[in-house]
Amino acid sequence: MLSFVIRRLGTMALTMLCLTMIVFFLVNLGPNLKKLAISQTEMHTSAEQLEAWLVNHGYRQNFFVRYGQWLGVVPKQPVTDPATGKPAQRFSFCNDPVVPTFSGILQGDFGCSTKFKTTVASKLFPALSATGILMLCVLAVMVPVSLLIGILAGMREGSRTDRTLSVASIASTATPEYVSGVIFTVIFASWLGVLNGSAASASQGITFYNFTLPVMTLAIYGIGYIARMTRASMVEVMTQQYIRTARLKGLSFGSVVVKHALRNALIAPFTVIMLQFPWLLTGVVIVEVMFRYQGFGYTLVEAAGNNDIDLLLGCSLVSVFIVLITQLISDVGYAFLNPRIRVQ
Amino acid sequence: MQVEYLSAFNVVLGVLTRFWPVWIALALVMGASFGYKKKLGLYGQLFDSGVGIVGVGICLFWLFTAIFASTVAPFDPLAQVPIMKDVLPGAIEPASKLVYYFGGDKLARDVFSRMVYGSQIVLIIAPAATGFALMVGITLGLPAGYYGGRIDTVLSFLANLVLAFPVILLFYLLVTPGIMDTPIPYAMAGLFFLFPIIFFSVLFWTRYKNRPDRLYILLGLTLVVGGWIYAGLVFDADPFKIIHIDPNQLNIFVAVVFASSPGVFRIVRGLVMDIKTRDYVAAAQTRGESPWYIMLWEILPNARGPLIVDACLRIGYTTILLGTLGYFGLGLAPESPDWGTAIKDASRLLRSFIHPALPPTIALMSFVLGLNLLADSLREQSMKD
Repeated sequence: MLSFVIRRLGTMALTMLCLTMIVFFLVNLGPNLKKLAISQTEMHTSAEQLEAWLVNHGYRQNFFVRYGQWLGVVPKQPVTDPATGKPAQRFSFCNDPVVPTFSGILQGDFGCSTKFKTTVASKLFPALSATGILMLCVLAVMVPVSLLIGILAGMREGSRTDRTLSVASIASTATPEYVSGVIFTVIFASWLGVLNGSAASASQGITFYNFTLPVMTLAIYGIGYIARMTRASMVEVMTQQYIRTARLKGLSFGSVVVKHALRNALIAPFTVIMLQFPWLLTGVVIVEVMFRYQGFGYTLVEAAGNNDIDLLLGCSLVSVFIVLITQLISDVGYAFLNPRIRVQ
Repeated sequence: MQVEYLSAFNVVLGVLTRFWPVWIALALVMGASFGYKKKLGLYGQLFDSGVGIVGVGICLFWLFTAIFASTVAPFDPLAQVPIMKDVLPGAIEPASKLVYYFGGDKLARDVFSRMVYGSQIVLIIAPAATGFALMVGITLGLPAGYYGGRIDTVLSFLANLVLAFPVILLFYLLVTPGIMDTPIPYAMAGLFFLFPIIFFSVLFWTRYKNRPDRLYILLGLTLVVGGWIYAGLVFDADPFKIIHIDPNQLNIFVAVVFASSPGVFRIVRGLVMDIKTRDYVAAAQTRGESPWYIMLWEILPNARGPLIVDACLRIGYTTILLGTLGYFGLGLAPESPDWGTAIKDASRLLRSFIHPALPPTIALMSFVLGLNLLADSLREQSMKD
């Protein structure tokens, strides 16, 4: 077990290395750097000045040197102040070093956000905690509701409840966040006026009034999918011999479902719920932009839209980490839940 | 000048009559399929369940809407009539006496016509991109599952690499205006569009290599048609100027194929690993068939059921992805009538007007729902056998 986890962690580190290098390559493409230089300098700068800005801020160094600097295996060099010729801070708003130092991801330095004029860490981590709250609320709604729907539908295959709930869950998987968000806003904010169509005020304080719509929108897409997986798993369990035995020895249907079927039927949905996280990440971006909630997704969009290199790299690192760690947890957890599975 | 309005009942009636070519085509196809359902195999069996009929009906409805878009839509999707800015549903355009059935948007364009024309964009890109993703996924997934070992390790690592990217980040990196100045989209298009040619060449080669009369015709046809489409799509150098794709549409297309082929790869790999243990594969191996013959002519046909179901779901998922791209304003032109862009434009103004937001959302939802219902009943029917 331990060697399995260690090997998986090794693959994870390699994947993260490869992915961050790809992101690093893409954000440092010529047109993207030019866009960054234009947004960071005054209006009407000539092409030479843009190039000078890029050279001066170290964007024209060798690709691998710069990737190494970001990673923390190559020392970060201070820039030379063109006026005095002395070493100076690269970006004054981030407390960049004036002497060459190893300061990258490995040292815990996420770099400097050019868009928000602050360090990436001070922007990214509050955003992450805001999104964490949203995610928690979504999971608290999504998991019980979807499991309940799945179990009710799978309990008696082919019954009217089953058909109705199945079609409802198919419909919910056909509703992406930007569709359900619009529909819910129209119904609950525009027509009924009971909920707020914007979660911008949720940064100050979360209330039922401003937080229900984002949570609902985000949960609905996942509910259908998890419910269908739970139903399939439940249907399979209900045809097993031991369920028939339990029924034949005279136990009531309800007690068979709760005591014998439920635990076995919930193994598969556990994996599905864990693997739902990557999807939730995309959903979070849409919902946070739609409801103007200042979280991780909002930060990602701002970073990508302004080609804020360090912030975007930080965002990708975090999201890739979340995706990979949930995969690992789902594999390990599956082995724990299902004694028939042995991990090698 | 005052704009006149139709009553709600007349709006509904008007919309239904505008769709007349769609209803006729739908009636013909559904009637024919229903009549001959015994002879139509898996497709015919769909008509045994209510879910299947509804699924086929919705998918065909949007297919015919896309085909007859110019007849169904009363206005040009980009035409602006200043007096009709933000009008409510049912407003009559004074000059032509035609009706803005679902009202006008903030740029005074007809919401109904835009929704109808939007279906064209979705129904061209989504199935085509899914087709290419299937080709890429199958061509790479077959050897990975069949041979295992190092090929499998490398390909699976690459697939997991792409799958570990949150889709939205991938799109922000791959579908930016800047990237079209670089050769990256064209290089990726060049790579992905090779796969169908490779696939069909190997397919015919393994089957007919001892029958040169058939082989040369089929291989020649594949290379000529494939090369022609390839030249048109990747280099925009179609000698007859028929096949042409906008650079930004190519960019979207490539990004969508890139995002969804690892999923197909994983499914194909799993299916192959399962099927290769069957007796008929062992029999083919004993006969001395080549590995690629076994993969393409013994394993692949037996994996078709789950693949067809997955393809249906994947077209729906690609539609959702296209909508996401439109919603974030990536790739497609800002005035493009596709559903995602329309939802983005309308959702910013939900406080003042809701009518421009509802038609594209319901259109997108119903189309994906149709595909999902279709996939569901296909799965059920194929499991009965």
